[in-house]
Amino acid sequence: MNRSLAERLYDDFIYQQRYMYLVRGLGNTILITVFALLIGVLIGVLIALVRVNYQQSKHKGILLRIANLLCGIYLTVIRGTPMVVQLMIMYFVIWASGAPLLIAIVSFGLNSAAYVAEVIRSGIQSVDRGQTEAGRSLGLSSRSTMLYIILPQAFKNVAPAIFNEFIVLLKETSVAGYVGIQDLTKGGDIIRSITYDAFPPLIVVAIVYLVIVIALTQVLHVIEGRLAKSDLR
Amino acid sequence: MISVKNLYKTFHNAAGSVEVLKGIDCDIAKGEKVVIVGPSGSGKSTFLRCLNLLEEPTKGQIFFEGQEITAPGTDIDKVRAQMGMVFQHFNLFPHLTVKKNITLAPVKLKLMSSGEADENAMRLLKRIGLDDKAESYPNQLSGGQKQRIAIVRSLAMNPKVMLFDEPTSALDPEMVGEVLQVMKELAADGMTMAVVTHEMGFAKEVANRVLFMDEGHILEENAPEEFFSNPQHPRTRDFLSKLLK
Repeated sequence: MNRSLAERLYDDFIYQQRYMYLVRGLGNTILITVFALLIGVLIGVLIALVRVNYQQSKHKGILLRIANLLCGIYLTVIRGTPMVVQLMIMYFVIWASGAPLLIAIVSFGLNSAAYVAEVIRSGIQSVDRGQTEAGRSLGLSSRSTMLYIILPQAFKNVAPAIFNEFIVLLKETSVAGYVGIQDLTKGGDIIRSITYDAFPPLIVVAIVYLVIVIALTQVLHVIEGRLAKSDLR
Repeated sequence: MISVKNLYKTFHNAAGSVEVLKGIDCDIAKGEKVVIVGPSGSGKSTFLRCLNLLEEPTKGQIFFEGQEITAPGTDIDKVRAQMGMVFQHFNLFPHLTVKKNITLAPVKLKLMSSGEADENAMRLLKRIGLDDKAESYPNQLSGGQKQRIAIVRSLAMNPKVMLFDEPTSALDPEMVGEVLQVMKELAADGMTMAVVTHEMGFAKEVANRVLFMDEGHILEENAPEEFFSNPQHPRTRDFLSKLLK
């Protein structure tokens, strides 16, 4: 216990190339985050469309009612239960035979979808009604109007919020270790369990998250600045 | 071309319901320019918006070229493609360039190839002297320019009738003229037009017929000379005298 800091760092990271636990872990963390966000946005858009459609249409068909009800239940359940519990249920109960990484991507994606859906819904509703009227008065169908006129503007309005979801998701994936996935956090934890030295690996893990989040936040500011600029009149 | 029979429209909201149109009958012939005037809240905008079913009438019928568009099962998108509409607040698509604003509908509805639509858009823009703005975005334009482009966007669909819903009401005074000029040229070309406006000069100069609406009724309709020099209904006289003050 009286080793120098240099010796501890050598043992924790250099010896037997232990830093690779962190490198591979970071790879998995990014992999899960990126694909989960893709799934989240895809499903989130679908849910948002159902809910907006339901709110706006005067004659609500039975299919729309059912779809809206299912989406409502989905949002309530996903947002009302902890992410770790959802991940464990997916891993141990629903999809026990799947590859862990794939299960994590799907779980985080389904979770993210619930939050993204509400963001996108607010984005769609923030687009002026006159835009829909202009599209429809030109003879475009409600579907074309949504696709070519409303959604592009909605996405632009919520781009910062979606990017923020990406940052949140990156940190949330740190619970992937619960189902045996070696993400960045688990990588640091593995080093700790090998060397019985907790401080350096966990601090390094924290620093890596922090640096990435700071960098992404800078990117977010750039995005926001660009969007604000294109809104200048 | 357009025939309206016994049109009623009631809006329902949290505060209750408001009957905005109370039995409107009106015919608009091909090539005719009808100007609709009246105090705010008289239902004139709602009436215009009923013509292409942006508002769904509560009761009554609307015919467009003999087809009852208020009948269930009408393909309203097909009907709207033949009716241009210009809004008070322009409603240009801010995420698209001026040219794309104009070409979006004709291309997506497969009425033109994108090459034809581009050519058509440039021809229309040249006509209003804004061909140098083709690659600009709406936010870079003045109100008058936006509204002229909104008019051209509707024209790109080769509509049979143009509906104008207070096209100059949101403009700075010095920009009203340029928009009215485009509308006058359009009228001279023989376009069928229905215009809700407060521009009495435009009504006098361009209209074949002026409708005066108040509280959901058409109280008076007449040729502009008669309408302005010799209004029959006391409400019309009252309205016109307030405007002239």
